[in-house]
Amino acid sequence: MSNTNIIETTGVTKVYEGNGLTVRAVDEVSLQVRAGEFVGLVGPSGSGKTTMLAMLATLLRETDGKAFIDGQDLGVMTDKQRTQFRREKIGFTFQANNLVPYLTALENVEVMLRLNKMNGSDCRARAKDLLTRLGLEDRLNNLPSQLSGGQQQRVAIARALIHSPSVVLADEPTASLDTERANQVVGIFADLIHEENRAGIMVTHDLRMMKYVDRVIQMVDGRIERVITDRADIDLLAGTSEFDRLDHQETVSKPERVLQADPVRYSPSPMYAGAD
Amino acid sequence: MAAYLGFKEVWRNKGRFLLFSLVIALIAILVLFTAGLGEGLASANKEYLEKLDAQLLAFQADTGFSTIESRIDYRKIQRIRQVDGIADAGPIAFSNVKIVPGSDIDLLDVSFIGVEAGRPGAPMAQVGENLRSNRARVVLIDQRVADETGLSVGDTMTIQVTQGTEDELFELRVIGIADGQQYFFRPSVFVTLSVWDLYRPKADPNAYTTQPAVNVIAIKSDNSAALETIPASIDAVIDDIETTDIRTAYESAPGYSEQQSTLNTIRGFTFLIGALVIGGFFQIQTLQKIPQIGMLKAIGTPNPIVASASVLQIILVTVFGVLMGGLVTLGLAIGLPSGVPIIFTGTSILIAFVSLLLIGPIGGLVSIRMALKVEPLSALGM
Repeated sequence: MSNTNIIETTGVTKVYEGNGLTVRAVDEVSLQVRAGEFVGLVGPSGSGKTTMLAMLATLLRETDGKAFIDGQDLGVMTDKQRTQFRREKIGFTFQANNLVPYLTALENVEVMLRLNKMNGSDCRARAKDLLTRLGLEDRLNNLPSQLSGGQQQRVAIARALIHSPSVVLADEPTASLDTERANQVVGIFADLIHEENRAGIMVTHDLRMMKYVDRVIQMVDGRIERVITDRADIDLLAGTSEFDRLDHQETVSKPERVLQADPVRYSPSPMYAGAD
Repeated sequence: MAAYLGFKEVWRNKGRFLLFSLVIALIAILVLFTAGLGEGLASANKEYLEKLDAQLLAFQADTGFSTIESRIDYRKIQRIRQVDGIADAGPIAFSNVKIVPGSDIDLLDVSFIGVEAGRPGAPMAQVGENLRSNRARVVLIDQRVADETGLSVGDTMTIQVTQGTEDELFELRVIGIADGQQYFFRPSVFVTLSVWDLYRPKADPNAYTTQPAVNVIAIKSDNSAALETIPASIDAVIDDIETTDIRTAYESAPGYSEQQSTLNTIRGFTFLIGALVIGGFFQIQTLQKIPQIGMLKAIGTPNPIVASASVLQIILVTVFGVLMGGLVTLGLAIGLPSGVPIIFTGTSILIAFVSLLLIGPIGGLVSIRMALKVEPLSALGM
């Protein structure tokens, strides 16, 4: 993991207004993610984690605050520049509808290269290598409809990484997978982020996947509630399965105690958020 | 990139796109048939007049340029020929007779047209000779008559005519065959004016003159600048005559404009339906593809690529459908009986073809706009 901050936000806020209501979906969030670091963004539904991810993916403009990726200010970019930025600097996997249904697994990965005008045979070879590494060497020419959910997610991971983006974002990548597949997919994802020195953020409700991340950021009501960096605490957290269920447990479990622990130790401070 | 995405989608969904091309092909068949029918019906009405070696037609005044109502004294032809700017003028007299082709073939209704040999109004023979002597009992037939009766140059043609209250049979020797010269939905046979007056249907079988009243006078001018002034010049020196151009003349034929406007309305509605069907199809397809379009945009696909891929697909599907429709129409047209008035030449067919190719992109515009407006976030349900 390098010391260079790839993602850096300061007081990022997203406010939605309508029907006389004002909702602060993300409220003054400051965080940093370094190259080679894989961060888990957790929180109950409506806590603002997906909105945060969308702003980092340049799919949504922040109402206030500053967000930088690779030193570039996302707020000053035009829509056209944001599209180009997404294409070049960001790798993205989604909860569903990840793949183009009429392209094969290999073509789905190559799309990213074609979009970035990298059409050489070496690029094709790289796409094949990556898919082979993800255990899909026999599925290169299969359409998404011929792949299982886990295989589709692995193709999406390959597509998210093939063009060597600075940032890799994943929105609920395990939502439609069983435990075994979820572990396989996120494990591979984490390995590739570390090996290729990308900055990765994964939004998930599945706390079991936290064992693969380097740091956990918990959001509640649009704010960073806690940042957990201690490996032992992260592994403890990963012992449970559902964040939402955690909120509704009557007895206080071990993972819950981690999330409700001493705020000094698990500080939401931006300074702490970037530290290791 | 747009071509890559556009072609891949069509190729991997061949069945769906082929089905839609078939719908376009059916629309194309309907439009081309309507256009061909319009052209054919118009031609059946005007073919002879349109091919005249003349630019103007003189009618009896106040007859609304109706060849049926118009009657012109033969002597006025000489006076018209003397008007400045007129190179030549020829009389045309219309009537109908039946040809008796043979024992196994039904009687054939034809336009029986009297003209003056070598003058405007007399068609040129493609095979055999032109009409020459004004009194010889010879006939020039058009190609359709030859096709339908099997008559050829040198044969004797028998016509059946009602004179008085009796059906009479007369024989004429075929001296030549002209190209298609339909008039008023009938193929035509041409005789000299004196023969015409002798054999035409009439109440008094003994009434006959070599210089009968004619229906119209075909006027030829070598001076295109004079064409504008000739009608006024004729009007100034000859009573009870009004002159017009050929187009106005055939458009004034009874039922012509009504027939054409009916067919044009059908064609217009078919185009409209075509555009709506194509538009509807691509809109439904775009609606189904919203998550996919959203995902493509989310990974950085620019709007022009999304739009170009859609445009390419619309063009591909439309061109394929129109070509299929065109080929099927051509095949059907070849198999149609010769009596069906359909013609697949002329500008109206070309216009129909080009318009068909345009309705795809026009119909698909809404879906392209829809695709451009897809918001990745909402499309992906984030």
